[in-house]
This record gives sequence, structure tokens and C-alpha cells, in this order.
Amino acid sequence: MRRPSARRTTALVAAGLLLPALAACGSDGGKDGSAEGGDSSLVIYSGRNEKLVKPILDKLEKAVGSKVEVRYGDSAELAAQILEEGDRTKAGLFFSQDAGALGALSKEGVLAKLPQSSLEEVDAAYRGGKGDWVGLSGRVRVIAYNPDKVAEDDVPDSVQDVVKPEWKDKVGFAPTNASFQAFVTGMRVIEGDDATREWLKGLKANGKTYANNLATLDAVESGEVSLGLVNHYYWYERVAEKGEDKVGAKLHFLPGEDPGALINVAGVGILKDSGQSETAQKAVDYLLSKEAQIYFADRTKEYPLAAGVTSKVEGLPPFESLESPDIDLGKLESLQETLAMLQEVGLV
Amino acid sequence: MNPTAVDTTESAARPAGAPAPAGRRRVPTTRGAPPGSGRRPPLVLLVPACVAALFALLPLGYLAVRALERGPGYAWDVVADERTLQLLSRSLGLTAVVVAACLVLGVSLAWLTVRTALPGARAWSVLATLPLAVPSYVAAFTWLAAAPENAGFAGAALALTLVSFPYVHLPVAAALRGIDPAQEEAARSLGHGPWRTFLRVTLPQLRPAAAGGALLVALYVLSDFGAVSLMRYDTFTRAIHTSYRASFDRTPAAALSVVLVVMTVALVAAEARTRGRAGHARTGAGTARPAAPIPLGRWRIAALAWCATVVAVAVAFPLGTLGYWLAVGSSAIWDLGDLARTAWTTLGVAAAGAALTTLLALPVGVIAARHRGRGVRLLEQAAYAGHALPGITVALSLVFFAVRYAYPLYQQLPLLVCAYAVLFLPVAVAATRAAVLQAPPVLEDVARSLGRSPISVLREVTVPLAAPGVAAGAALTFVVCMKELPATLLLRPTGMDTLATRLWTETGAGSFAAAAPYAAALILLAAIPSYLLGRHRT
Repeated sequence: MRRPSARRTTALVAAGLLLPALAACGSDGGKDGSAEGGDSSLVIYSGRNEKLVKPILDKLEKAVGSKVEVRYGDSAELAAQILEEGDRTKAGLFFSQDAGALGALSKEGVLAKLPQSSLEEVDAAYRGGKGDWVGLSGRVRVIAYNPDKVAEDDVPDSVQDVVKPEWKDKVGFAPTNASFQAFVTGMRVIEGDDATREWLKGLKANGKTYANNLATLDAVESGEVSLGLVNHYYWYERVAEKGEDKVGAKLHFLPGEDPGALINVAGVGILKDSGQSETAQKAVDYLLSKEAQIYFADRTKEYPLAAGVTSKVEGLPPFESLESPDIDLGKLESLQETLAMLQEVGLV
Repeated sequence: MNPTAVDTTESAARPAGAPAPAGRRRVPTTRGAPPGSGRRPPLVLLVPACVAALFALLPLGYLAVRALERGPGYAWDVVADERTLQLLSRSLGLTAVVVAACLVLGVSLAWLTVRTALPGARAWSVLATLPLAVPSYVAAFTWLAAAPENAGFAGAALALTLVSFPYVHLPVAAALRGIDPAQEEAARSLGHGPWRTFLRVTLPQLRPAAAGGALLVALYVLSDFGAVSLMRYDTFTRAIHTSYRASFDRTPAAALSVVLVVMTVALVAAEARTRGRAGHARTGAGTARPAAPIPLGRWRIAALAWCATVVAVAVAFPLGTLGYWLAVGSSAIWDLGDLARTAWTTLGVAAAGAALTTLLALPVGVIAARHRGRGVRLLEQAAYAGHALPGITVALSLVFFAVRYAYPLYQQLPLLVCAYAVLFLPVAVAATRAAVLQAPPVLEDVARSLGRSPISVLREVTVPLAAPGVAAGAALTFVVCMKELPATLLLRPTGMDTLATRLWTETGAGSFAAAAPYAAALILLAAIPSYLLGRHRT
């Protein structure tokens, strides 16, 4: 029953497994242990995509003058990882895609209080209530529309309007997207739970759901839907890549402090138990510096949040001109109730 | 031709003592358990098997801690929520459809490529294995791009079926090769037509292989997050992920995960029941020879069209889409150096993962094949228990244990390799068990009667006989390790990238074109072990 070919296959598989495995173990040995190295080195857990932030974090390494290692992942998963690590966390700095994950860490008390000098750089609306995290860059919720399907003047000025009958099957949104959920939370804070629940029911009846903002924007471009509830910067990135005339969608910034114009932020917090506070603080200072802030404006098309820095991106309305609702981002921690509501309505 | 070949299957499929249907009595049957089943497993197997099982149970320990940290009442409220039950039924519905579809695809392709005179049978066999190399999220992505209207149940079922039917195809093809054709010839000589012979003689012998494969498919579907989230079909796994991602809360996630564990144990028990007490190895003297290929006649074109269709949608379509993205994307950047480095790292960790997993699976698989009893059942269930858990849950459980008890290993390569073993132990156990089952236990009895110790029986008889099947399991584990994403993201050494994590980064930045080279490399590299699997024992 044992045939030579079977033996050969077995041997091949065994060799195929052993060689690269040994190589991996061997090559790994060299760089081990560096994560815990000297007291001045820094480990950053970044929930922001490597493609977006690696260039600026490379510069950060030079600016702080210490070895910097970056672990990329999903913001929420990294937050969960930090909480599981507890006081033995390897992370010195947590760079989150949104305020929610920072709020969750703040609530568990694992973040260190930031010095007043850092906090003062940024408007109080865009930092943690306990002073243990600070926003670096902002993004605003907008309505993307397909100009072939709807005239600019007919685009709703309030998200309240998209649940009206005339937009039946014409609205795209991403209910599982963190920014969408933050916006719904904002709406709950402004308009109350009952009004928000009714709005969500209307949106469910009218809208089409997508996996994320990009897929929603795709659907607007292709005309699958006429309107899409998205973040502003996806459109500017696409325009930068393809040119404005090749992008089949336009943006409408909502006036009048509409909940649909909520601003959310990406930010950082220092882990108090990591023993890397000193270097982490230098890193925070650098990320709030003009050089880093301009990077966020130019590269990721977000709004820089540090005082005195403005975005030069073409066609982007000035930050001061945005008529966003006045909301304490700290309150966006009540995401759990939002989620319960989204579940109740049947959207997630 | 060996006249003493006996069918030990038929008797087991019938209730004990029930008479054989009149006029259908076949060759004499031997009843009951295979030889050796009465003994306790030797320590040399039992101890490492228990180590492997404890290893696989680590995530459950973590789940118990987390699920109960706010009291059992809270956990129960999470689980008993109406919405949870609704999602559970959606998950089970999807699982049932995907498993059924995989059985149809897997068994039909295996039979056509192994037993018929299908032109190019060997090439088809290899091609039918390649879909294993396609990660479910890549399959979902490509289908979504081509046919967005399929999003939802249909799209999720399609993507999951097309990536997981080799789990059925591979063991069934192996079983078909291992079946002694003498039995079918006996059935034919007693007046059964080819179709009746297939149904009454061949299919019952394929049942353990098909059920084992179906179990892996079912657990894969239950644990999958990539395809269902892209296809926007809400399943139980989504509820777990939402708990982490939207409410940053690990307690409900853990409580929900426990439900998946319970379901897994139920599925494993159900699969064990379908196995029955049948023996599947040749008994008696002589050796089986390969079966004569069945001529397809006028069905040849239809059979070819069927194989071509499956390969086209499962392999050619995703590769073609990636190629298209590469061709048209303005953001396509060929960083060959990075690609090669990442590919080499991926090969290394996947190989280490497959090696450790196979090693741990070996004693469990041998015991599961050769011994019976409650303890053995528990051992096997333990090996499977965590297999339906989403990768993120398993990863967090290893973070929990490593930080507390193995801190020097935390975020080091060995821990990642251990994570692969925890995640994929059942894949290797299933392959090992099937391989050992097809090796005649009487040879082990002979070795024992000649005074060989348990360990030399294992070394000189069991392992060599089962080696091709065990190797196939190793190759299969290698492929699934290469594709793994959530645990790799959390447990990899800081700064290390695999093809899967690179793919995640690029698609996260919204750049399909830049992601395409990594996806293509992943599929092509995983195609090598898939190719070996397809060729296996031909």
C-alpha cells in the first residue's frame, strides 16, 4: 500500500515545511526583544492604516530621537488588546482612528493625563473630557451625491430630509461603519432617542446599506444610489488620485448645525503603565506640531486640529466655516446604546 | 481481485440485529468495532493527545473568565436576547446551505476525477484543490466587485462555498482512491447497476470522509467574518465583532462566543454519530488495486463542462479579477522586494504553524481512529471545540494567557505559531484520523503480537501507513495558516507582515490595485501545497 510516489510526496511536504520554518525561526532571532528595549524606545499601537500614517511616523522617529516601533491593526481590536494586556501593555502610545476607542480606554482608566500644553493646542471639543487623549485630525460627515441623478440644489440640507418618500431607494449608508455610528450617537445627543429611532426606521425603509464609506461612495459614483452618507476625505482622496472630472460624485456640506455634519476625530492617548511616557509625550508633541499637522491636511485630506494650522487642500471648505453640531465627543461613548438602537431597528 | 474482501459498512448502517434485506445479502460481513478499540489508548499517545486538547481548550478558559466577569445573569441576558437568536438562525441557515453545496461540488468532482475516464482527470483534481488558496474575503471582494446585486445571503453562500468545497473534495477523493474496487465489482456481479452500486456500496464508504469534510466546512462558515461582513449578511459572528468594534466590550463578545462553542460540540457529536461503527480498511490478505476508470460515454461533455464551470468560478474568476485590477489600477505598485520578503515570511510562519499543528494532531487523530469510549469522544470534541470561534476571539484569548503566563513569548513568533495550532488543530486531526482509518488495524495487531511496544507500533506501522494522509493534512493546514488574518494581526511580532496582513493594509487604504499583487501571491503560493494535495496518491 505504500507506494514510492506517496513517500516522495510525504518527504517533499516535510521538507517544504521544515526549511522555511527553520528560516523563520532563525531570522526572527535577530530582531527579538527590541520592543522592550531601552527605556527611551517607544511602541505605538496604530489603528490608523499604515498606508496613511507610516510616512509621518517615520519622521516622528527622527523627531523624538528614539527607536519607534509601530503595530498596525484595527482601532477597536487594538483597544481590546490593550485592555487584555492590562498593566503589562507593550503600547506606549495608542493612535486611534476615532474618538470612541480612545474613550473606551479612558473609561477603563489606562490612559495617562496629558500636560496642559498639549491639551491647549486643540479645541476642547476635540479632546477627552478627562484630559487623557487629544484629537489630531478631524473629518466631517457629508452627503455625497451623483450629479447625474440629482441637481445640486435638490440635495437635502439636513439628514432629516433623506428619510422623506422622494428619496426611497436612493440613499446609501454604511450602518456598521464607526463614523456612521458616531453620527447616530450625535443625533441621539442632539435630538433625543425617540426622534433618532424614528429617523433610523425611515432610513432603513429608504436606504441601501453598504460595507463601508468607500463602498457607499462607489455606489453613488455608479448611480446605484443618488445620495450617500459618508466622511468628507474619501472624496478628496479619490479626486487627488483620479482628477475631479473622473469622479462621478460631488459633496454637499450640511449647514445649520445639522447632526449629519458631525465632526469626528482621530487622536492619541498615552498608556500610563507602559513606562514609555517620556518618549510618548515627545511623540504627542510632534504629532501636534505644524509639520505633522500639515501632513494630515495634505496626505489624508483631513482637517488639522492644532491651533494655527489650516488645510490648503483645493475645494475644501475652511474648518471654521463648517456648521457642525456642538457636541461633546466624550458623550459619543454612549455608542453601546446607539448600537442597541441600531439593532432594535434592524440595521446592524 | 481478492475474493476475501469484505464490506464492514453495511452491517453498521443497520440497527444491530436487524436482518439483512431479503435478496440483498452480500458478501459475509464482520460486525462491530475495529480491532484494538477495546483497549485504552497507550500512554505514549494519550499524554501528547491530552496536551494537544488542553492547548485547544485555552480559548474556552478565557471565554469563561470574560463571559462571567459581570455575573452569569448578564451573560445570559446577552445570549437570550431575541436578536441573538435571530442571528444564530441566520448563521445556521447559511451553514446548512454552504455545507449542502460543498457536498454536491466536493463529492461530484472527487468521483469524476478519481473514478471515471474523465479526460485530464489529474489536472482537474489539482485544479479543484486550488480554491483552498483563495481567502474568503478575497473571494467575497471579487464577487462583490463583479456582481454587487448578489450581496446578502446569496453572495455569502456563493463565496463561502467556492472557497471551502475542497474541504469535502479532498477527503472524499482520498477515500475513493482507498476503496477496494472488489466490493463494487461484487455488487455489479450481483446485478446492481452502476447508479445503485454507487448509492449502496460506494457512497456509504465515503460517508465518514464526506461528513468529516462537511464538519470542517460548517465550522469554517460559522467562524467566518470576512465574507459575511463584505457581503453584508448578518450572522452570529457579526454580533461578536460588533461587540468588540462598536461597544468596545469584551464581555458580551465572550458570552456569545460560548454559544458558538456549544454549537461546535453539538456538530462534532452529530458528525461522530454519522460515522457509525463502520470499519473502512481492507481486511484479509492481498492488496487492493486501483479501480478501473468508469467510461463516461455520452456524459463526457457534460462532465467536462461541470468541472470547467466549477474551476472557472472558483479559481479563474478571482484570479482574473485580481489581474484586471492590476492591469487597470493607477495605484498598482510593484514593490517586488517587499513582495518577496513578505512572501518568504508568510511561508515561514505558515510552515511552522503547519508543522506544530500536525505534530499535535497526530496523537489525537490516531486515538480518534483507533479507540472508542467517552474519553476518546471528549478528547476529539476538545480538539474541535474552539474551531468555530472567530479569529479575533482566539487571538484575544492568547493575548490574555501569554501576557499573564508567558510574557517573554508575547508578540513573538512562537506564540503566533501556537495560535495557528489552536485555530487549525481540527483540520489536521480530521486528515490524520481519516488516514489512520484507512490503514488496516490488523497490521498493528500483528506488530503488537510480535512484541512491538506501542511506540514502535506507532513508528513502524501506523505512521508510515498513514503518512500520505498526514502529509496531506499538513499541506492543508499550511494553506489555511497562510490565509489567516485576525490572529496574525494581533499576535505577530511588531513590524512583521504576512501576505494576508499586507492585503488587509492595502484594501483598508482603499487601494484594490495595490492589494492585488499580495492577493495574487497568496493564491499562487498556496497553490503549491494545494497542487501537492491534488496529486496526493495518484
